Amino acid sequence: MTDVGRHPLIKLHTMSEIVDVKGYVGNFDIKILKKARYVSEEDCTACGDCATACPVVRPDEFNLGLSSRKAIFTPFPQAVPSAYVININECLGHNPVVCAKCLEACEKGCINFHMSDDEIEERVGSIVVATGLEPYDPTELDEYGYTRFENVLTSLEFERLVNAGGPTKGKLIRPTDRRLPKSVGFIQCVGSRSARKGSSYCSNTCCMNTIKSTLVLKEHYPDIDIKVFYIDIRAVGKGFEDLFMRSRRLGVHYLRGLPGNVEELPNHSMRVAVENTVTGLLEFFNLEMLVLALGMKPAKSTRRLQEMLGLQLTSDGFFLEAHPKLKPVDAASRGIFYAGCAESPKDIKESVTQASAAAVRAIRLMHKGEIYTEPITSEIDPEKCTACGMCAEVCPYNAITKGIRKKTPSVVNTAACAGCGTCAAECPYDAIVMNHFTDGQINNQIDSMLEKSSQEKILVFACNWCSYAGADYAGVSRLQYPSNVRIIRTMCSGRVDEKFIFNGFLNGAPVVLVSGCHIGDCHYIDANRWTEKRVKKIRKKMEKLGIRPERLQLEWISAAEGSRFAEIMGRMEKLRQGVSMQEISETIEILRNRGKKPKTE
Amino acid sequence: MEPVTSINTKPQTRIGVYVCHCGSNIAQTVNCPKVSETASKLEDVVISKDIAYACSEPGQQEILDDIHEHGLDRIVVASCSPRLHEPTFRQMMQSAGLNPYLLEMANLREQCSWVHLNEPDDATQKAEDLVKMAVSRARLLQPLEEEKLPLTKRTLIIGGGIAGIQASLDLADNGYEVVLVEKNASIGGTMAHLDKTFPTMDCSI
Repeated sequence: MTDVGRHPLIKLHTMSEIVDVKGYVGNFDIKILKKARYVSEEDCTACGDCATACPVVRPDEFNLGLSSRKAIFTPFPQAVPSAYVININECLGHNPVVCAKCLEACEKGCINFHMSDDEIEERVGSIVVATGLEPYDPTELDEYGYTRFENVLTSLEFERLVNAGGPTKGKLIRPTDRRLPKSVGFIQCVGSRSARKGSSYCSNTCCMNTIKSTLVLKEHYPDIDIKVFYIDIRAVGKGFEDLFMRSRRLGVHYLRGLPGNVEELPNHSMRVAVENTVTGLLEFFNLEMLVLALGMKPAKSTRRLQEMLGLQLTSDGFFLEAHPKLKPVDAASRGIFYAGCAESPKDIKESVTQASAAAVRAIRLMHKGEIYTEPITSEIDPEKCTACGMCAEVCPYNAITKGIRKKTPSVVNTAACAGCGTCAAECPYDAIVMNHFTDGQINNQIDSMLEKSSQEKILVFACNWCSYAGADYAGVSRLQYPSNVRIIRTMCSGRVDEKFIFNGFLNGAPVVLVSGCHIGDCHYIDANRWTEKRVKKIRKKMEKLGIRPERLQLEWISAAEGSRFAEIMGRMEKLRQGVSMQEISETIEILRNRGKKPKTE
Repeated sequence: MEPVTSINTKPQTRIGVYVCHCGSNIAQTVNCPKVSETASKLEDVVISKDIAYACSEPGQQEILDDIHEHGLDRIVVASCSPRLHEPTFRQMMQSAGLNPYLLEMANLREQCSWVHLNEPDDATQKAEDLVKMAVSRARLLQPLEEEKLPLTKRTLIIGGGIAGIQASLDLADNGYEVVLVEKNASIGGTMAHLDKTFPTMDCSI
């Protein structure tokens, strides 16, 4: 940690959060909100005189409320940066009449109440997302009594209690009577591997963390009675099984089965009722202290960052990697990498391994100092453009400069264009060519797909980042769905032009599905909002023309929702079965006649 | 042999189609030789083959040889998802002197053989359709040029826990500038709360 603080190439912004990200791989422009510390990071020597003078006493977050701190404090003794910080909401204020005792106490004059929050801008070429985890909140699992009984602790609270730097200097005590408990029970999988409460996944580290805790306890208190209630002990890492065997040799009692109920006895011990699934018997144990082995949840900031950076999440809420085996630390968006528990629950060794991998992936990208951009961008045909400005309005990147009149057509700034194709789909004059996903290319795909037995087929448009990836994920998971589905890939659902849909129906498609990322998850900021609007508009048009609007469907499917993709395909097939040959012929007739009339748009 | 560079100037489109078995991943469900044969009858298709592993070295070499021998100017690879191997085959195109954007892939694995395991006939029919669609698209593909842009040799690291710390140090020790952003007043994250850590049983900080 101290290496980070003094490394000349590392600029550390603490008390800071990302508020905006613009640009792309190679050149991201980042806006960071740095909250005021009210103590100079450079000058503070962490002598602590200010905290001694401070009259405000508050629970210490670092020790999870098991000790107290002042309103001016250092998070923990080894903190980096080592400077103190003022919680301004707790501080009595700098008005000398009110308090300002710390100001007087600080000889170096490091405290400055006039500091304000700072907005910092940084340009970077790559990003590593290492936002970590949030421990599971066990208050909803009331059967373990965490909110009701003082001697039921979380595994993190227990860590602080046995830590030499913790509130008791490492001496284990019961919160109610401050004496060493004679017996301690550990309950595993609190918030993990449950379909009912918490999460269904395994949090990966809690088994080993508990085994470690039993070893620490046995080392200090050889006579302490320890029981571990578990579903399975998962000790799959290098050397892990040895630690487990050591714990058992030291007399720790491992009992297969999670307690159903915990009650408090008059002496503040806990009576634990558990079905021992080895013996099949209901057993009762009186334990003086209980520790809940908390599972991991994604960090709270995950959702916000995911939207800002245009990333994808798994159904568990962790960040989704580009490929589970071949690109395990890359995000699907170029230039963004994952490290640590942001991607999935993992222990320290795995986090360190992944962080080094992410660093090398970033170096691999950056070392040449230049980057090639995909030429999948749009182009405006100046002959056809009327400078109506529609394209500039829908562009999520403001990459199009609206022309003034017909003689000065709109222009695409290719460096800023990300290639979603929404402009090409919205242009009423067909004046925009979306490179690599041109009208001609996509219409060719539609035509050849529907050339034979069109009535039996389902036409699906899928966006590269979410729904197409979701379809791939259905494949990887070997989920089976109707074989008459034909997928056409576009970079974004925003590319799906009204023309394509009507071309599909004109060629005899019974059902057309447009699919893309969930609203808020669009890889192109918010281009899929235009997809949504467009599909609504087309369905109204269909109704007017006498085509059943239900035959055009819109679904949002994320890259992790393979099962949702398969399930939707099943639904599309049901819908298709309800479309008769006669209905298809009528639609073709309607659309043919429509083509003969002068355009009314 | 005719020089490769002259191929693009030929007015007629010359497409090569390669139907990959992917070992048994595709071939156990999809009748690859049949798909390849159907594709050979499509307009502009000069050569169509089924191939054991298109992405392997011999697989790529076979395609490269055909490009030179038959003057192919567009390639359709019917194999796995383009999200997996499109970069591989684009590189192959480049090494043959062809523009990488003249490649098209048909997704016969993730979106066909793996999702219709019990319907070999229907899956084969679907594969034929997917290849036909890919060929019709390939016919209109245009060469595109990538743009070279300057890159900022700096990395933003979001989160100062053990992972963020390790990534920062690795990058900085390699001479790259790092901006490390942490929401709390100190770095350290969850790790800093822990007492001893497994498997070494030493302290976390």
